Amino acid sequence: MELNRLSAHELMGLLDKGDISHVDICNSIIDSIDKKDKSLNAIVNFDKGKVLERANAQKGLPVFIKDNICVKDELTTCSSNILKGFRPPYNATVIEKLLNRNAILMGKTNMDEFAFGSSTETSCYGTTKNPWDLERIPGGSSGGSAACVAADEAIWALGSDTGGSVRQPAGLCGVVGLKPTYGRVSRYGLIAFASSLDQIGTLTKDTEDAAILLKIISGHDPMDSTSVDRPVPDYAKLIKKDIKGLKLGIPKEYFIEGMDKEVKQSVLDAIKKLESLGAACENISLPHTEYAVAVYYLVATAEASSNLARFDGVQYGLRSSQAKGVIDMHKKTRGEGFGDEAKRRIILGAFALSSGYYDAYYLRALKVRTLIKKDFEDAFKKYDAIITPTSPTPAFKIGEKTEDPLTMYLCDIFTISANLAGIPGVSMPCGFTKSNLPVGLQILGKAFDEETILRIAYNYEQGTEWSKRKPGI
Amino acid sequence: MEQEEAGDMTYETVIGLEVHLQLKTKSKVFCGCSTNFGAEPNTQVCPVCLGFPGSLPVLNRDALQLAAKVAIALDCKIAPKIRFDRKNYFYPDLPKAYQISQFGHPLSHHGYLPIFIDGKEKRINITRVHLEEDTGKLFHEKDHSLIDFNRSGTPLLEIVSEPDMSSPDEAHAYLTALKSILEYIDVSDCSMEEGSLRCDANISIRKQGAKELGTKTEIKNMNSFKAVRAALQYEIDRQVDMLESGQRIVQETRLYDAAKDITESMRSKEEAHDYRYFPEPDLVPFDFEKKLLEEIKKQIPELPEPRKNRFIKDYKLSDYDAAIMVSEKGIADYFEECVKAYNKPKIIANWLMGDVSAYMKEQGLTINELGLKVEHLTGMLRMIDAATITGKVAKTLLNNIIKTGTSPEALVKEKGLEQISDTGEIEKAIDSVILENQKMVSDFKGGRDNAIMALMGKVMAKTKGKANPKKVNEILRRKLT
Repeated sequence: MELNRLSAHELMGLLDKGDISHVDICNSIIDSIDKKDKSLNAIVNFDKGKVLERANAQKGLPVFIKDNICVKDELTTCSSNILKGFRPPYNATVIEKLLNRNAILMGKTNMDEFAFGSSTETSCYGTTKNPWDLERIPGGSSGGSAACVAADEAIWALGSDTGGSVRQPAGLCGVVGLKPTYGRVSRYGLIAFASSLDQIGTLTKDTEDAAILLKIISGHDPMDSTSVDRPVPDYAKLIKKDIKGLKLGIPKEYFIEGMDKEVKQSVLDAIKKLESLGAACENISLPHTEYAVAVYYLVATAEASSNLARFDGVQYGLRSSQAKGVIDMHKKTRGEGFGDEAKRRIILGAFALSSGYYDAYYLRALKVRTLIKKDFEDAFKKYDAIITPTSPTPAFKIGEKTEDPLTMYLCDIFTISANLAGIPGVSMPCGFTKSNLPVGLQILGKAFDEETILRIAYNYEQGTEWSKRKPGI
Repeated sequence: MEQEEAGDMTYETVIGLEVHLQLKTKSKVFCGCSTNFGAEPNTQVCPVCLGFPGSLPVLNRDALQLAAKVAIALDCKIAPKIRFDRKNYFYPDLPKAYQISQFGHPLSHHGYLPIFIDGKEKRINITRVHLEEDTGKLFHEKDHSLIDFNRSGTPLLEIVSEPDMSSPDEAHAYLTALKSILEYIDVSDCSMEEGSLRCDANISIRKQGAKELGTKTEIKNMNSFKAVRAALQYEIDRQVDMLESGQRIVQETRLYDAAKDITESMRSKEEAHDYRYFPEPDLVPFDFEKKLLEEIKKQIPELPEPRKNRFIKDYKLSDYDAAIMVSEKGIADYFEECVKAYNKPKIIANWLMGDVSAYMKEQGLTINELGLKVEHLTGMLRMIDAATITGKVAKTLLNNIIKTGTSPEALVKEKGLEQISDTGEIEKAIDSVILENQKMVSDFKGGRDNAIMALMGKVMAKTKGKANPKKVNEILRRKLT
């Protein structure tokens, strides 16, 4: 039996019965990585010896961590040259929570530099490939986490989602990607991209695993003022209830001109399926959707320009060897350490905050953000969840959009609003294109109602076969 | 303006002060690290105050309470919602490359502080009081610099005044009054030497009666209240000279050099800062609970100004004496304790302003550190009243009480300091003084009444100050006439 191909809850069952050991699981994963990761490049920091040591000491499930989540004494670089060699002196809260459950930390997964991207092409470690087609991108920025779960190099993985960075790669790689409500999971130890949008999320093989992993990492953290003190429900149990009578909204703004026809058809089919499972689907409008991308790229870059200012060569990471004097050290270190997309976003964000432009850009963006949030609040007064495609297209070719940042930014057009509104969203496979590329279905829910969106996802998953398909790699 | 008129044009000065105050909390404002002063460099640090990637700030409620205490004591309006902003700039002592501060919505605004200049009250308006975090500290060596992050994240209060002061003396009075209040409410060590209180000044001059403000300069690096006064005086002179010689004032930051007693321009590049303030997304805005605010209000003791007025009214102190008595809370509290035990306020005030305060200054101690028990001081005063000791003996006795912590009664007995009222003993001393000082005696007899004071002094010296001065006077006069 290839254990690496199983879901976490399946493995838990086998472990309980004593049929297999934790070391067996790790070995199976190690084999899979040995076989596939040379071509996938999903994993950026992986030490077999260490993993086996941990597997012998800790009786939990192996987990991969996106490279922007701090693991004590382990390389944590955000796939950026500027953090080369950085080993945090502390664990992120989610890591502590995983370790409390005896999880075996396997290593770090590739990502767009500082999570700036939708294709994992901006990583200093090179592009991660889509397991369904090695010439295509896996989505991003959590492309490494999505690809390694899709390719069975992992049981499950953590990612982070600032504008779709968990859901979009999940959609393009055919796995389940969950972005929890802002405040549901502690951000302590997640290297910030945009503090008001970032949320750690899960990449799993099915919905039940998402529910299990979410419960493990959720909860109030006194170290994160934005984490919310609310009880954490037993998601895995609650999602198994049927969805009869649930009211689902289908926003017309999410079925746009120019979107891929196969994607559209798969999502429309999925909606029919949900109706057949007892849900009532209705067309709705989220009128401010068209502003989401613009608002996002002001708010997110503004915050990023500030969050990334600390990489100045003083305390950790890269320090340019060419510098003369302190200001020159800041300049050269940042010049050498950041990639083009990081520089582009820092400049854009700094501009949006600069005096004379603040009101016209940043402040106005905040106001429109409130309107977008209100769109959702109004919709959720009537509907239990909202159904949309995750992305307008399936995975595109490597290099196809790198020359045109704006086209790249539009990849997140359907995922960004959830971050602006702070609401939870999950992406799951809902079909395949003729060329065998996965299509993602996005389910958005009320704040702190992960239970309902996972319940819809679980019921849909039970009624379809999409989640069971595996890439050929 | 065409040309500055040379000569005896008069100018008026406009000064505003910005005080940075380290709050006396146990831990830092956004993490749990200790704020102790003087620890080994970089031993009181954690991922948060080092600004490590992924770390997040959590507000220390104690810091907020102390900050609110200051705001209330300065009669400020408190903002209903507490919000923080990021102030972005690069500097090696600022580990996140932004300072968490309050820009758009400060903790409080629109307060005032009364100062007294030539016996007249003047209100200095307070623009805002807001909470922020301190930076680390740089040490420049020959070819490199070192950073100590122990101070990074220490809660810092910024108290900004309106440009309401019109002389260096007013600025000095403002700082003195502010420090007095801050000590009263016990929120800071207020030590300019240790850097727990720092002051920058904005200063401009304009022709008498002009409506528009002149171009201001910002003065930094003043390490004492005296230095603030001196720096401002220098800057006024400099600005007047500039205008008188037809030059323009450049808006810039200037550093005060205490050794040379001058201000010097900092590189003007530093001036081009755009701090790109924006709301701190890592700290959620929250309401300042009314209940908590009420509690903080209750913690504020009677402040120097009302207390002074009460001292004048209740204890019949002069304005001058009362002002000194209330200037430090420790002294004022001590004074009132003494009055409870010995109901002669003016005498207590005299001793506190005189010998006690001289001793404190000499030893560099506060009244509480001095360890002079209230019952010892008042006991001694009572012994003077009862003529058990002379006032002269009391002066030496006080030093002994402070040094040994022994009661005045025990010391007087032990050292035999009781006043000599025994006529026989006094007469004996007088007789030998008369014999030894014939010149003075004849002076006195020749009509120089003053000479008797000198003779009395000799007698007191002979009796080591113990002779009852009244009796000495009586007997001397009798014997010489």
